[in-house]
Amino acid sequence: MIPTAARVLRQLRHDPRTIAMILVVPCVLLTLLWWIYDGGPIFTSIGPALLALFPMIIMFLITSIATLRERRSGTLERLLTLPLSKISFLGGYALAFGLMATVQALLASALMLGPLGLELEGPWALLVLIAVLDSILGVALGLFVSAFANTEFQAVQFMPAIVLPQVLLCGLLVPREDLPRFLEVVSNVLPLSYAVDAMNEVARSTDPDLTLPLIVLGVFIVGMLALGAATLRRRTP
Amino acid sequence: MHRMTRTSGSAVDVRGLRVVRGSTTALDGVDVRVAEGAITGLLGPSGSGKTTLIRSILGVQVTAAGSVTVLGHPAGSGALRREVGYVTQAPSVYPDLTVAENLRYFARVLGVPDVRADVERVLDVVDLHEQRRQLTATLSGGQASRVNLAAALLGTPHLVVLDEPTVGLDPVLRDSLWGTFSEIAATGTAVLVSSHVMDEAVRCDHLILLRAGRVLARGTPAELLIRTGTDSAEQAFLALVRQGHDTGGRDGPRPDRDGPAS
Repeated sequence: MIPTAARVLRQLRHDPRTIAMILVVPCVLLTLLWWIYDGGPIFTSIGPALLALFPMIIMFLITSIATLRERRSGTLERLLTLPLSKISFLGGYALAFGLMATVQALLASALMLGPLGLELEGPWALLVLIAVLDSILGVALGLFVSAFANTEFQAVQFMPAIVLPQVLLCGLLVPREDLPRFLEVVSNVLPLSYAVDAMNEVARSTDPDLTLPLIVLGVFIVGMLALGAATLRRRTP
Repeated sequence: MHRMTRTSGSAVDVRGLRVVRGSTTALDGVDVRVAEGAITGLLGPSGSGKTTLIRSILGVQVTAAGSVTVLGHPAGSGALRREVGYVTQAPSVYPDLTVAENLRYFARVLGVPDVRADVERVLDVVDLHEQRRQLTATLSGGQASRVNLAAALLGTPHLVVLDEPTVGLDPVLRDSLWGTFSEIAATGTAVLVSSHVMDEAVRCDHLILLRAGRVLARGTPAELLIRTGTDSAEQAFLALVRQGHDTGGRDGPRPDRDGPAS
């Protein structure tokens, strides 16, 4: 798992523009939203949810493209003829991008809590923890859906198909309990909803109870990685 | 290790292999042996089933019937993952890593004891020391295919399988690669090289001619020339196609020889 994670990070190191975009783009967008709402109450209420969105979206995109490249370039076929377990392959990606996501979450939450003046009742470390879990969820989803994409065009389309519905239903636009009943039920089974719930809980409570959201996120991450592993076939037709 | 159980001298033993891809039968009743310490050439036109046979030997191809035994194990067994080097047709290395980074990664995945020394060794074999710090994406086509070859030589493979490694390379480079294959075979390693360039047949110790998913002929280059009364591998291949069947192998009757190939 470690060699693969180190290799993925080395590939990123040769691509400083991607690193810069992973780290800078969320900060720029958060600042833009702060400006749009003039730092007012609306920004304060959606701010924590935004911290949950960016890591997942960005890691989902990067991972699905990166693994699609592995599948198409033949490197995955070579790796599967070597003594590398599927779990170390997927875990290597999750570890490398999880590390990137940690740095991203640290920067974004420092920006939110500092210059942008987001008030937080709970400990900020929990904010970072949720952002990291959320990004690993993005990695796991990206790994899984890349199995169903044959081209980069298809892989990019999975973003609006898989991620956007979660964004619309996560409570960012309308609080989840105010959604039409059916949509509320749907939002109850989508993982991003729980990440956003957790972020809001940390923002509003001095002693946040994150048991349920953390369990749900953990189950989704493990489940998606397991499904992703199942799509990695050593033998193909 | 179960080395004792394998047919002596054979690194690969393929029997009655049948592979169906979609609606076409890619391989139909193929029997093939690959000797240790020698270069076996797998020749045939595009679409004759060379890559499918190679993928079957690597254990990454779903097969419909028959058996593929590699170094005494069923193809694709966990035990073979350190024993078989695979050079894919298109370079399967990471373009956004340097040459040395690519090789170090594959060496670590293989669990090579001394990664640094082993990377130096294979860089020597493919003569890429000067390009070691270069990004693989910036290499010429020939250099990239040598990185691909170097990755397959890491560790101590007892079988190296190369899928059209010389395609698109200039004559000088092709010649030097064939020299490299001979050196690898001289260490006792079995080498299986596929090619659709018939001229390369003379560089092999044994030949397997494949056509439309069946073995058309097998033998040493000299045997095939004598048998067909021709003076080049290309002429020999054409003569065999015209005859429509193999006029004599050394391994006894074979199912793939019963009917006309065309």
